[in-house]
This record gives sequence, C-alpha cells and structure tokens, in this order.
Amino acid sequence: MNTPGTALFCARLLRRQLVLAARRPVDIGNPLLFFAMVVALFPLGLGPAPDTLADFAPGILWIVALLSNLLTSDGVFRSDFDDGSLEQLLLSPQPLYLSVLAYVCAHWLVTGLLLALVSPVFALMLNLPATGIVALFFSLLLGTAVLSLVGGIGAALTVGLRRGGMLISLLILPLYMPVLIFGSAAVKAAVSGSPAAPYLAILGAMLSLAVALAPIATAAGLRISVDA
Amino acid sequence: MAEDLSLERGGRQLFTGLSFAVRPQQVILVEGANGAGKTSLIRILAGLSRYGFEGRVARHGPMLYLGHHSAVKALLTPRENLAWHVSGESQYTDDEIEAALSRVGLHGYEDVLSHTLSAGQHRRVNLARLYLSRSPLWLLDEPFTAIDVSGVAELQSLFAAHVKQGGAVVLTSHQALNIDHQVSRLDLSAGVLP
Repeated sequence: MNTPGTALFCARLLRRQLVLAARRPVDIGNPLLFFAMVVALFPLGLGPAPDTLADFAPGILWIVALLSNLLTSDGVFRSDFDDGSLEQLLLSPQPLYLSVLAYVCAHWLVTGLLLALVSPVFALMLNLPATGIVALFFSLLLGTAVLSLVGGIGAALTVGLRRGGMLISLLILPLYMPVLIFGSAAVKAAVSGSPAAPYLAILGAMLSLAVALAPIATAAGLRISVDA
Repeated sequence: MAEDLSLERGGRQLFTGLSFAVRPQQVILVEGANGAGKTSLIRILAGLSRYGFEGRVARHGPMLYLGHHSAVKALLTPRENLAWHVSGESQYTDDEIEAALSRVGLHGYEDVLSHTLSAGQHRRVNLARLYLSRSPLWLLDEPFTAIDVSGVAELQSLFAAHVKQGGAVVLTSHQALNIDHQVSRLDLSAGVLP
C-alpha cells in the first residue's frame, strides 16, 4: 500500500480510458462511420470519373480524417469533467503532464490508429493509386497523433463550456493546417512517384514537438477550466 | 492552514479576513446558509480554486478531497472505479478494495457496472475511498448527501476514528454532527473560528 509509480499510474489511466471506450463502442464506431459517409459523398458531388477522384483523393482523405478527429476531440475530457473525476486528477500527486499524455494516447488509439488502419479501404473507394496507399497509412498514423495532441488543448480549454463544439473548431483548426498540408503532400508525392519520406519526417518532427509541448498547454487548460 | 482569506462572488463579499489552521485531531464543520461560500472555501483549501480569492493557503502533506460530484464512472464497476482511480493516491490490493466496499454496504456489488447502482450507492462508492485513504487531512463537501441514516451514523464514527488516529476532517454539512469528539464550528457568516 504505497503511492504507485508514475509509469504504473499512467498505464492504469490508459487502461481505464480504453475500457471506458470499449464499453461505449458507439463512440469508436461513429468517427469511422462519419469517415465512410463523407468519403462516399465526394463521388456524388464531384462526379464518379475515376481519374478526377484519384486526383483529389489525397486531399479528400486527409480533410475527412481531420474533421472526424475534430468531431471526437471535444469529448476527451468531457465525461470526466462532468462527474468530478477531473478534479481528482488535478489533485493527484502524479505529474499532470503524463496523465494528459495517457488520455490523449487513449484517444489516438481509438480514433487515429483505427482510422489509419481502415484508410486503405477508403483510398480504394476513391481510386487512389496503390503507390499512395502506404504513404497515406503512415502519414495518417503520424498526423492523427499530432491532431489528437493538439485537439487535447482545445478540449481542455472548452470542457467547462456547455457548447464548446464550435469554439473548439475555431481554436484548433488553424493548428491542424500544417498537419493537413504535409499529410496530403506526402500522399501526393507518393502518387507522383517522388519520395514521401521527407514529408513523413516533417510530420514526425511535428509529432515530437506536439508530444513535448501540447500536454503542457492541455494541463494548464484543464486547471483553468476546473477553476472557473 | 489558511490566512486572511477573502472571497467575492458576483459582487457580493462572501467572507473576509478568514484565518484558521487545521491541526491534527480536529474536526471542523463549515456552516452557513446556501450560497454562503462553503463549497468555494473547501475548493480553495483543496487547491482547485487558485484565482479569484485573496489570501494565502498553505498545505502540508497529502489530503483527500471529496466534492459534490462523486467521480464514479458509470461504465466501470465499483472495483474498477477504486482500483483505477484517477487520483493516483495509492495502490490498493483487491482485498483492501473489497473490504472498503463492504464497509460502505456494497458487498456483492463489486463487479456490476456502476450505472445500475442508485445515486446513494454511487456516493457510497466514492465514500469507500475514505476507508482506503491514508491521507491525514480530509476535505469533504456535503459527504452525507443521498446517504441513509445508518450510513450517516457509520460515517460519523469513521470520522471519530480518523481524528483519534491523528487525522483531521474539514467538512460542510447541513446536518448536525453527532460524533464522539470535539467539533469546531466555522460559521461563514461570522468569519471567525471560536
């Protein structure tokens, strides 16, 4: 009976969040369904010509992934704020930076990672050339992790507001833009036969920066939200 | 320990010049009408409110804060709620958790999902943390809400046992405390500790 080690505590938080997510499968399924629905809209709007779709596919897939991430990041801290768990987390002797990282990691595992895993199917729907699919997978893998980390900041700042959904979009969409630019550029490069690795490297650099800085901002945002 | 606390909400001065220290073996009952600032005071003491008040609060050693919200996840079982508690305060064995849950009358409910429990049972899952806690200072905001008569009596004897072991309890309640120990009253409309 002693204070658990920080690593153990974070592993337990991660497990708690994953169990909570698994017991609400709707929350896991919704972003994927959203992704599928919106991707299915584009052939209707742009016309079903395979060549046109293939041209637009990298941009479409990345924008839809971004929006579906935006849809879920609102809820990262919501239920814990409502039931008082967040207060207890802030009073914990454990470093909030790492706790926040555990929350965001759980969010990424059930949204970004799943999205990256199923993205080849949607890429085929839009007739993305096979050479682009690998780049799409890896760019989404790295990029959605950045999106989850940045989305956590917005979620922390708006968790105390009744209708934070709109505000969170305004707050974090500008920060999503670099990820979108380099993510879709990686796929376009791969499609046109040039190497995607430089773009993936830049996404990796963004991820490193986000891992280092975003949890600090998120932790500060949570303290402000609980204080208010 | 609190020094010279003043709080203003919505243009109204709730309390001013409030100074007191919480010592071991002390039970402090914070009293006052609805809106007198009891919850705000507890949150300031806990360190959850860090701005919007004047004065200084010094905390020594770990504390346990139980607020209005029960911090119980409906989609976790009572056992999981305690074992994976976000406060990260301590690590408990299965036996300790079972013992604590049966102390609050939830024996047999350890492994059912919490959303099937009543509001009072939710509160009891949260109160089980008192039986597990090793923190000397307890800050409790309305701990008796939604708890039945025998539960209140048991909590009060738990408070008495805790202060006899050198702990301290600061609580807000609209109920009279009937415990086997001296209770200091802090009336927020008066602003001084007699």
